[in-house]
Amino acid sequence: MNKGAALSSGIDTGEEILSVRNISLSFGGVKALTDISFDLLKGEVRAIIGPNGAGKSSMLNVINGFYHPQQGEVWYCGSKRKSLKPHQIAYQGIARTFQNIALFKGMSTLDNIMTGRFTHMRSNIVSQAFWRGPAEREEIANREKVEDIIEFLEIQAIRKTPVGRLPYGLQKRVELGRALAAEPVLLLLDEPMAGMNIEEKEDMSRFILDVQQEFGTTIALIEHDMGVVMDISDRVVVLDYGKKIGDGTPDEVRNNQAVIDAYLGVPHE
Amino acid sequence: MFYRQAGDFKKSYREDIQTFALRQDRRAYYVLMAIAFLVVPFFINDYWASAVLLPFLILSIAALGLNILTGYCGQVSLGTGGFMAVGAYACYKIMTSFPDLNIMIVVLLAGLVTALVGLVFGIPSLRIKGFYLAVATLAAQFFLVWLFNKVPWFYNYSASGQINAPARSMFGFNITGAEAHAPARYLFCLALVVLLAWAARNLTRGRMGRSWMAIRDMDIAAEIIGVDPLKTKLSAFAISSFYIGVAGALFFSVYLGAVEVGEVFGINQSFLVLFMIIIGGLGSIMGSFIGAAFLILVPVLLKNVMVNGFGWPTDIAAHIEFILIGGLIMLFLIVEPHGLAQLWRIAKEKLLLWPFPH
Repeated sequence: MNKGAALSSGIDTGEEILSVRNISLSFGGVKALTDISFDLLKGEVRAIIGPNGAGKSSMLNVINGFYHPQQGEVWYCGSKRKSLKPHQIAYQGIARTFQNIALFKGMSTLDNIMTGRFTHMRSNIVSQAFWRGPAEREEIANREKVEDIIEFLEIQAIRKTPVGRLPYGLQKRVELGRALAAEPVLLLLDEPMAGMNIEEKEDMSRFILDVQQEFGTTIALIEHDMGVVMDISDRVVVLDYGKKIGDGTPDEVRNNQAVIDAYLGVPHE
Repeated sequence: MFYRQAGDFKKSYREDIQTFALRQDRRAYYVLMAIAFLVVPFFINDYWASAVLLPFLILSIAALGLNILTGYCGQVSLGTGGFMAVGAYACYKIMTSFPDLNIMIVVLLAGLVTALVGLVFGIPSLRIKGFYLAVATLAAQFFLVWLFNKVPWFYNYSASGQINAPARSMFGFNITGAEAHAPARYLFCLALVVLLAWAARNLTRGRMGRSWMAIRDMDIAAEIIGVDPLKTKLSAFAISSFYIGVAGALFFSVYLGAVEVGEVFGINQSFLVLFMIIIGGLGSIMGSFIGAAFLILVPVLLKNVMVNGFGWPTDIAAHIEFILIGGLIMLFLIVEPHGLAQLWRIAKEKLLLWPFPH
């Protein structure tokens, strides 16, 4: 069963829930991340920004276990995290969405979001084969939670539509729904607004803030739209070429000379 | 107009997730079951059982099994014939070692043995994907057939190298052996088909089925949701092999009675079952049945029409049959690449609106 709620119960809002300490990650000779450290406080929206290839997605991949850094530690809920596989990390209450939509194309919206409940379900093969009884009860109990999310994201009308048929903006929303279905403690969003028009971006921003406020979920988000980042995030960390060049509130980051240089470029002598 | 959902309200999630959501579909299903269990046994004779219904029912089970693995979990397998052989030989060994054991239990035990073998051959799937996995399972196919030919222990050192099913009965009716009773054989297989199809439907609609489909559609996303790829793929291999093993056991004991492994469970059998699920529809329980029906029943129908109806020579009829079946397969796959089950689904969607689609 998902241990996220139990793990994070001792941590109050505003205290550190996850921190990465001196992370270095390289692929052969390519250094993706060099000595990165930052923390996430419970209940905040933390943006990770930086130019293309800065190592933002690699950072998320380290947090949810796809990459194992050569150096450094990940501390989660007050203890140092062992080297775990991604599916084990899901059981600790970390969920995420992908830069390129990674929905299950052959399934309906409902089934996609139900799959997100995987870590909260436990019925075994035998009871599932019989269905009547525990398996069905579990299915219905989880269906109720999923319906809450469907209502929250206002996607009732596409409940039974195969996700392949949905427009891009809605697919992104379903993917958010799938991540939310896990009732995550920490939600990682990799460019949730990429390729959206203004209206869709506004909707998505609203959902992200609602998630933070209603569920108290900690959110780490990668985004390129600076307007959105500065509006919705509490703190921002800036990466460039795998190094951390800025960290602080949106205002601090906006006035940080290194960040301005990274984004606007500096003349080389 | 006649097929509609108007007035068929769902008042609970339980009603919403039932297998046949429409009242009309449910009634059709009950009628079909009633005919299959209560009417057909009184009219069935040896010809109908041996040429038509038994192969259809038994290969439906195999198709269900392969569909779980390939259609739902996305792992292509060409080892179906080999796994059916495991089921058949396990059934034979259990039948001859424990003569008093009920035949139903023997068949299910044969399925369990096959599940274990399938588990072992499923291990490469963690590293190999797609066509390469198909080739790896091909190795299983050839290895298993070779093994059953080579090691005399499996066929109890019989001189012919064949295995022969001894007579076994249930409720006083012979199910296997030379004196087998046609309605009893039919009902025995039908009961297993209904039971296994029901279990397959339940497995594929719940937590486990969704984890299989998640691995099939996007394995990386499945993993971050908490789906363990190792466990999921192996469970698909084991359950699929269980079904295929049961099918193999029935194919040997109830249907043929005597088996020479290379002839019956060769690569052709693997392809036949694979074609069934491709034509019927990958990832569909219904598709497994439609595919099996198409590849078993249509040839029998064509043969009867051409040989008995038109009086054509059998060899010409056999060749024309190949041409027609091949043509039909191409036609159906061009019309709907997702198989006959998808065609059926679309037809039903259209029928719901007919005759006023706007």
